[in-house]
Amino acid sequence: MIWLTWRQFRGSAVMTAALLVVLTAVLTLTGPDLASRYATGIASCTQDDSCARFYDRFFDEYQLPFLAVSLVVLLLPALVGLFWGAPLIARELEAGTHLLVWNQSVTRGRWLAVKLGLIGLTAAAATCLCGLVVTWWSGPLDKSAFPELAVMAPLVFGARGIAPMGYAAFAFVLGVTVGMLVRRTLPAMALTLAAFAAIQLAMPLLVRPHLIPPVTSTFEISEANVSGIGIQGDTGSAHVVLGPAVPGHAGAWALSSDLLDPSGRVIAGRGEEGPVKVSTTSGPCAPAAGPPNMGACLAEVSRLGYRQRATYHPLDRFWPFQWIETGIYALLTAGLTGFCFWWIRRRLS
Amino acid sequence: MTSVLEARALGKRYGRRWALRDCTVDVPAGHVVGLVGPNGAGKTTLLKLAGGQLEPTAGDITVLGGRPGATPAQLARVGFVAQDTPVYAGLTVADHLRLGERLNPRWDADVARERVARLGLGPGQRAGRLSGGQRAQLALTLGLAKRPELLILDEPVAALDPLARREFLQGLMEAVAEHEFSVLLSSHLVSDLERICDYLIVLVDSHVRVAGETERLLATHHRLTGPRRDPGRLPADQHVVSASHTDRQSTYVVRTDAPIHDPAWTVSRLSLEDLVLAHMDGPPAESRRAALEVQR
Repeated sequence: MIWLTWRQFRGSAVMTAALLVVLTAVLTLTGPDLASRYATGIASCTQDDSCARFYDRFFDEYQLPFLAVSLVVLLLPALVGLFWGAPLIARELEAGTHLLVWNQSVTRGRWLAVKLGLIGLTAAAATCLCGLVVTWWSGPLDKSAFPELAVMAPLVFGARGIAPMGYAAFAFVLGVTVGMLVRRTLPAMALTLAAFAAIQLAMPLLVRPHLIPPVTSTFEISEANVSGIGIQGDTGSAHVVLGPAVPGHAGAWALSSDLLDPSGRVIAGRGEEGPVKVSTTSGPCAPAAGPPNMGACLAEVSRLGYRQRATYHPLDRFWPFQWIETGIYALLTAGLTGFCFWWIRRRLS
Repeated sequence: MTSVLEARALGKRYGRRWALRDCTVDVPAGHVVGLVGPNGAGKTTLLKLAGGQLEPTAGDITVLGGRPGATPAQLARVGFVAQDTPVYAGLTVADHLRLGERLNPRWDADVARERVARLGLGPGQRAGRLSGGQRAQLALTLGLAKRPELLILDEPVAALDPLARREFLQGLMEAVAEHEFSVLLSSHLVSDLERICDYLIVLVDSHVRVAGETERLLATHHRLTGPRRDPGRLPADQHVVSASHTDRQSTYVVRTDAPIHDPAWTVSRLSLEDLVLAHMDGPPAESRRAALEVQR
């Protein structure tokens, strides 16, 4: 049975292995160089306090490979579900070969067990390896990335650590289940992709924020959490736009970032213009008073009582989240696997 | 008489449609049994239930004394060649033999090798490139080399041309003569079955219309042609299978063990095809009585 599984699987396995070996080799060769450039950059920027600029420059330089490898890890589970999972049984049902193989002296339960075990474990192991290598390689870049692409950000989180392994195992069994129910390869592939994409969107948007209760806290207004400020000298109005950063919690995942007025009322959400009643004719926020000083102006806004209220998950929850999420996907995988065995014995002809 | 297959009130439902309903059938051992009936009679469903491909919705079925498909041992005893004889298009002939060898404890490698060589199939040939006849022969080889006690074939020759059909059935007959196993073969073409089957079951709408050894069926069925007569006036031991009347003349197909002496009748024998057609057309109530008669 193992021989047959391998005989049917070896083509795509060898091709995938070759691609992963190339990717791993490239990352292993370029990783140390990346890390040493980061280390020297940090050493020199701490002396003249220009690390913010170094981060931007460093990340800009590698943004393209950073996005590319992250995308590979994000897409790998979907591809596993699409090309390994969905056709596994659907193709047999389509060609009628299930009638051939299920009449050898092997029960179909055992047939399914070997197929799921061998290919599922290969998929999980390959994705796990890929995810960990990418996590190691992009370590320096993850530290330099702006908040939208930090490791806790929904897009990047799924391309780091061990979670991709859970995604791949789940996507594979999802594909198998859909293929078994739909019984046609192409529709099964399309449906698997749609279902998996929907689940992968629902997870960070609806589920992950609540896996651990988020922290809610208020912070003073400063350059750390403000992404823009606008002052009209002629009308005397001013506004502040808050960004996703949380002061003192670098790399935190901000679920919300609201601007509060002195009475504690929310006047603007993240990225919205919040009008602030600050003097634009005199004091640090007056354009007439010489070259604009953003820091001093924001300090004045903060002194008037404006605050940022942020709901967020700090960076040190990265690994707890990874474990919990991998566990959830492992449970989903186990559930679908159980369903597959029940269906193949009871319902499938 | 021992049975290779026994079904009691067997039923299989897909959603709200019954593919097979209340089917009771007994297939004796040591025969090449032909299962014949119109499309939709439930032949394929019955055979798939026997092979363990399907789970019954109602009733029960035993094959060689065990539940079909339940254990590897049971699977090893029953060979199954499915309709359209599916094989793996991407695998070679040699791969298929290896598959059989790996997955079957009683695999007879010599039989498989010898058959493949005799058929002229190259071991390196991909199964997807084989002709329909060669593909069927490969599927049959897998079924035979498994050395089953019962080999089930579901319309194995339906898609083949007459020559390939004859070669396939000939190969099957040779294997039966050599290894002595029971065969259960379905077809809607009587001419195929006539050549190789020594036992016939006519299945119409899930019910056995008639079953018996081919020769005995032929010997006990007669076509009577003569002046118009009411069926009630026929002797009690003559079971009417089918009847047709014109103004002056009646034609009956009857089954009886006794010789027919009535001089009014012109008596002729039936071909197997006519016999089967007569049973397929005939009224169910009468033929069911007749079927019981033969199963005795």
